[in-house]
Amino acid sequence: MSILVIAEHDNASIKSATLNTVTAALAIGGDVSVLVAGSDCQGAAAQAAKISGVSTVLVADNAAYQHQLAENMLPLIVEQAAGKTHILAPATTSGKNILPGVAALLDVAQISEIISVESADTFERPIYAGNAIAKVQSLDAVKVLTVRTTAFDEAALDGAASIETLSSVTDAGLSRFVGEEVAESERPELTAAKVIISGGRGMGNGENFSILEAVADKLGAAVGASRAAVDAGFVSNDMQVGQTGKIVAPDLYIAVGISGAIQHLAGMKDSKVIVAINKDEEAPIFSIADYGLVADLFEAVPELAAQL
Amino acid sequence: MKVLVAVKRVIDYNVKVRVKSDNSGVDLSNVKMAMNPFCEIAVEEAIRLKEAGIATEVIAVSLGVKACQEQLRTALALGADRAIHVESEEELESLNVAKLLAKVVEEEQPGIVILGKQAIDTDNNQTGQMLAALTGMAQGTFASKIDVQGDKALVTREVDGGLQTVELNMPIIATTDLRLNEPRYASLPNIMKAKRKPLAVKTIEELGVSIKAHTKLVAVTPPPERQGGIKVTDVAELVDKLKNEAKVI
Repeated sequence: MSILVIAEHDNASIKSATLNTVTAALAIGGDVSVLVAGSDCQGAAAQAAKISGVSTVLVADNAAYQHQLAENMLPLIVEQAAGKTHILAPATTSGKNILPGVAALLDVAQISEIISVESADTFERPIYAGNAIAKVQSLDAVKVLTVRTTAFDEAALDGAASIETLSSVTDAGLSRFVGEEVAESERPELTAAKVIISGGRGMGNGENFSILEAVADKLGAAVGASRAAVDAGFVSNDMQVGQTGKIVAPDLYIAVGISGAIQHLAGMKDSKVIVAINKDEEAPIFSIADYGLVADLFEAVPELAAQL
Repeated sequence: MKVLVAVKRVIDYNVKVRVKSDNSGVDLSNVKMAMNPFCEIAVEEAIRLKEAGIATEVIAVSLGVKACQEQLRTALALGADRAIHVESEEELESLNVAKLLAKVVEEEQPGIVILGKQAIDTDNNQTGQMLAALTGMAQGTFASKIDVQGDKALVTREVDGGLQTVELNMPIIATTDLRLNEPRYASLPNIMKAKRKPLAVKTIEELGVSIKAHTKLVAVTPPPERQGGIKVTDVAELVDKLKNEAKVI
């Protein structure tokens, strides 16, 4: 088996999603290479070389790859796919953007968001918002997989892979990065946070999320939201936890004013410990919470912040 | 400029999904079916492009069993001008859907193809990207804004850290995210009118696309159940449990 992992990085360093993806690759077994495509990405490449179990880091360092636009990444990955049996990327917005096109150009299926490796060609993945688990066998010569990062541990950083520089460059000329609005925050990213406190429709408005932030400050937590809160315009979509937002599995997930729609549960039910604070004791969220507190959130949450 | 919009018939998002006892799949008998929610957003965006004078014609396309025509009629009632149904009794994998759509794109030559970012049944999130790769068109996935400016389109994308804007050469493939728009409801007169709008039915053979199975579904099982825990009486007890029992803070 010869496996290629597409690294997610910000040119300076590797994103932790890459480490989870390498663990999935190692579960398949065989030789694992990591492709770091970026611009001035030597920092990320050097870090990738430290990932345990990786034999080779392939580096494509060119302005064309700075923002990893799909149109430019596709020819590069397809070229590097020669001789590979598996191509993996994390199921992040970047991995989801790029990898299906790679599969199409290789004329193979993509198996999305795998949560377990059963064998070299058989994988489990959630369907219907996690309400069913499908075991899927690939019939293709090359397996193209995106990996649900919360289902695999992070690989350690005590390896010493060789670094190989790639020279071929494709700028398809079809797309151009214009700009980005990145939510500036001192807090950890949702998908990497050990503790998350999320608010739902019960928060009432966006300003009220400040009471969650007071708790987050005490716990070093990330702040999330349910789709209902996003749809109601309380907060921005990048805070959304759920089937259509981010999939998270922190050590502690505190759901505040969230009823527990299937859509939301799909995004957080693999958290180690779940706390629910809701004034409706019939709310479905209580059926999966380890600790439920039936209370008015506007009293309970400030009290929680005070007691931490 | 034509806009092609793809719609998928899926289980209604309000329906509680049940796994069949023989683990062969999900029980879809006598279950309410509907247009995939992300496809509703795609249809809405296509209609808005026409209302804004950017698109001249909106064509809805769906692939699958005959009943998909219900969702195509919905798209027509919402404002699509005509529909194409690619009939298949067998469930089509994403890559095969993308290949068939690529053929429709070749025939219709749309300026924009809009698809939902994912379907709520298989949760694959891949058909739009595959279509872009097969047609060589630029892609704006997970779009929260589509702004057509002559031979370019500015697409704002929902990415993990926030929003990213890319400039794409037309024609483009776009996939919709939740905040792109709020879909309208079809009015009764428009539902009646939709019955008379043209709906062409094509077979896979007529499109001349060869498809094959790329995956085999081995089993479908219910997810592991998470057991509910206890109710605490107040915040002090909660903090105590988190510190001393769960040991997570």
